[in-house]
Amino acid sequence: MLGISPSMALRFEVLARHNRARASRLTLPHYEALTPLFMPVGTQGTIKGLTNDQLEDLDCQIILGNTYHLALRPGADLLDTIGGLHKFMNWPRALLTDSGGFQMVSLLHLADITEEGVTFQSPVDGKPMLLTPEDSIQIQNKIGADIIMALDDVVKTTTTGPRVEEAMYRTLRWIDRCIAAHSRPHEQNLFGIVQGGLDPQLRDICLEGLVARNLPGYAIGGLAGGEGKDAFWRVVAQCTAGLPEDKPRYVMGIGFPLDIVVCTALGADMYDCVYPTRTARFGSALVSEGVLRLTHAAMATDYRPLDSSCTCMVCKRYTRAYLHTLVTKEAMGSQLVSYHNISHMMQLSRNLHSSILEGRFPDIHGGS
Amino acid sequence: MEFTVRACSGHGRVGSLRLASGLEFETPSLLMITRRGLPVVIPPEMLMDLHPDSRACQFTPMHFLEDPLAAVVAKAGGVHKLASLTGFAMVAVARDSLGNEIAGEEASNLGASFETSSGRRIVGLEKYMEVVNACKPDLWVSLPDEVPHWVPEKRNRESVDHTSQWLDHCLSLQHAEHGNRCLGVVVGAGSLEERARSAEQAATRNVAGFSLAGFGLGEDVAQRGFHLEVAIAKLPNDKLRHVCGLGSPEEVLQAVGAGIDLLDSTYPYMLTKECLAMTFPLKMEVPLRNADRDMQPTPDHGVASGFSLAKVNLRSATYGGGRIDETPLVTGCKCYTCKRHTKVYINQLLNSNETLAQTLLEIHNTYHYLEFFKAIRESIKADKFHEFRTWFTSQRQELGVLSLGNIPRVVSCN
Repeated sequence: MLGISPSMALRFEVLARHNRARASRLTLPHYEALTPLFMPVGTQGTIKGLTNDQLEDLDCQIILGNTYHLALRPGADLLDTIGGLHKFMNWPRALLTDSGGFQMVSLLHLADITEEGVTFQSPVDGKPMLLTPEDSIQIQNKIGADIIMALDDVVKTTTTGPRVEEAMYRTLRWIDRCIAAHSRPHEQNLFGIVQGGLDPQLRDICLEGLVARNLPGYAIGGLAGGEGKDAFWRVVAQCTAGLPEDKPRYVMGIGFPLDIVVCTALGADMYDCVYPTRTARFGSALVSEGVLRLTHAAMATDYRPLDSSCTCMVCKRYTRAYLHTLVTKEAMGSQLVSYHNISHMMQLSRNLHSSILEGRFPDIHGGS
Repeated sequence: MEFTVRACSGHGRVGSLRLASGLEFETPSLLMITRRGLPVVIPPEMLMDLHPDSRACQFTPMHFLEDPLAAVVAKAGGVHKLASLTGFAMVAVARDSLGNEIAGEEASNLGASFETSSGRRIVGLEKYMEVVNACKPDLWVSLPDEVPHWVPEKRNRESVDHTSQWLDHCLSLQHAEHGNRCLGVVVGAGSLEERARSAEQAATRNVAGFSLAGFGLGEDVAQRGFHLEVAIAKLPNDKLRHVCGLGSPEEVLQAVGAGIDLLDSTYPYMLTKECLAMTFPLKMEVPLRNADRDMQPTPDHGVASGFSLAKVNLRSATYGGGRIDETPLVTGCKCYTCKRHTKVYINQLLNSNETLAQTLLEIHNTYHYLEFFKAIRESIKADKFHEFRTWFTSQRQELGVLSLGNIPRVVSCN
């Protein structure tokens, strides 16, 4: 059986350290992953056009599904009947679902947060609906992901004033409701999310409260929303310092390679973002030197691969010039760039893990 | 390049085609559709393993006329290297496969009107051959003056004359080291006499084969049959015959029955775009009733009854609502999609507007169509092509699809 305490369904072993950075093995019910790792975002059970075989070829270990979208379509009950999202998608590796709260607040008209939960207008028929912590966990129990996220009260980092404190305390009250509602602690790992905005005192209170609940893993939330870089890194540093050494740490919504490298240096292990696939749709490729805008006229005569150090299928077969002619004209164009961008992120993950393991972490390029 | 007829059944024949590259495959063969050199939605690295016969593609040189793509393909050393499809047959077909109408506009001596990447343009001979030579296809169609059947006689005659002159001109401009790879075009849409004249002229040229044009433009099905027959009667038996514009199963059967060896078809993709999966039975031995049961038909497919054996409409709202269908698109199908995924999952992808749905559907539809072509070849080898065609069209008739009318039985193989 995995884990130490009965409320865990994972094992987390730190294999090597460099200062605060760690290279670890995260054993989940469906897959044994190596961290640091990037998790591509799958929204509705698929990563923007890539097949399962392609995702495995790219070495994706954990994929993120959005609870809000899955609950709408195909619905939690259907997934439950089928036996969970893994079976529905036929994905043999690990899955993580978010709580659904963030999507609602960012996507829905008139979404509002009360002590009960998140109230919103149903996108189907406009009727008022409510997502409580209990609802979120029940839905996630039916989806069946290896890691599930607590419903938190998340505010933008640019928010100031009493709302930030209110959200932090509510997050702590809601974690207890999430824990109580969680019906599958031996198969699914409930991660708590540290809130508190940019206020170190609020963050400390939240950290203490969540750590006391002895959860299988923790996420650092409420960042990547427009705060300055210094503030962002300061909060990450504070949180990783306050979280237990022997549990995974997940910084939510981080996808810029540089940010991933810095957060890793500060002791984080897991990341997710839509950025790589989203930027591919606009014809931008992630390469070792930075971001390559394939729509730029100069690309028309550039016969190099996207990234000379990349070994993915796209870089082995196609030139920047050819991709330039494809990106705005054929769906296949952005498909190929998506493929490369995911490869780039997974290569970054592997490099981080192996460089820490081999004691050469400071030598790797600082991402982009 | 070598083409050898191996078996006949009526006018239909199975051949083996060995290209200069060494690639060998059997005909009649499907040419899969590409755009700018790549499949429309199928991941290129999956193309090789999609099906044992998934080796032959068409491409449209008209998309490669302008810079930057013109320069890029030249620099790459041809379309195979550009698209990383070495090991595939790439056949250049002038007509844009994805639905552009042929209007029969006026053409000059120097070129005709085509849909290019920058709109409708006159494409001249020099430019056309420049692109063809830069692309280095395994086979290429000469520049056609293709007109639909309703154009006036004078225009039709002119199209035959142009096409013949342009064939000669194209041949004179082809790169010597590429050898004989030209498919000489045969036109003549409105008139059987003109069709025969066009074929006679093409037949005397030193080409690898012929490409019959002017079809798939709304012509009467029986008329089409006569045109195919008249043209092919004038063409040498031992050279390849390609037709463009015909792609549905009935059209394929009609063309193969007349003696055609290669067809580029958008039929799989047309179904994919409509969220339909190809499910028609392929084995003549299975009686219709059993096939019915094997297909696990459900009353709630959401399509008009009678089509349930031919196509499955995957957008049906009842998937996931009433009945959860965890079976693959076609039970027993060995394609990537059917080995891994269920109807209810693909339904979810379609309803969420995920592009993966098109990818998975296109993989299946292409696979199923390649199996159809294989079944055609098997029936020819067993000298049962007429039976196969009758069986196939009659089961489609029962399901409410338009029939081709009387199919004459041909008793001799020329």
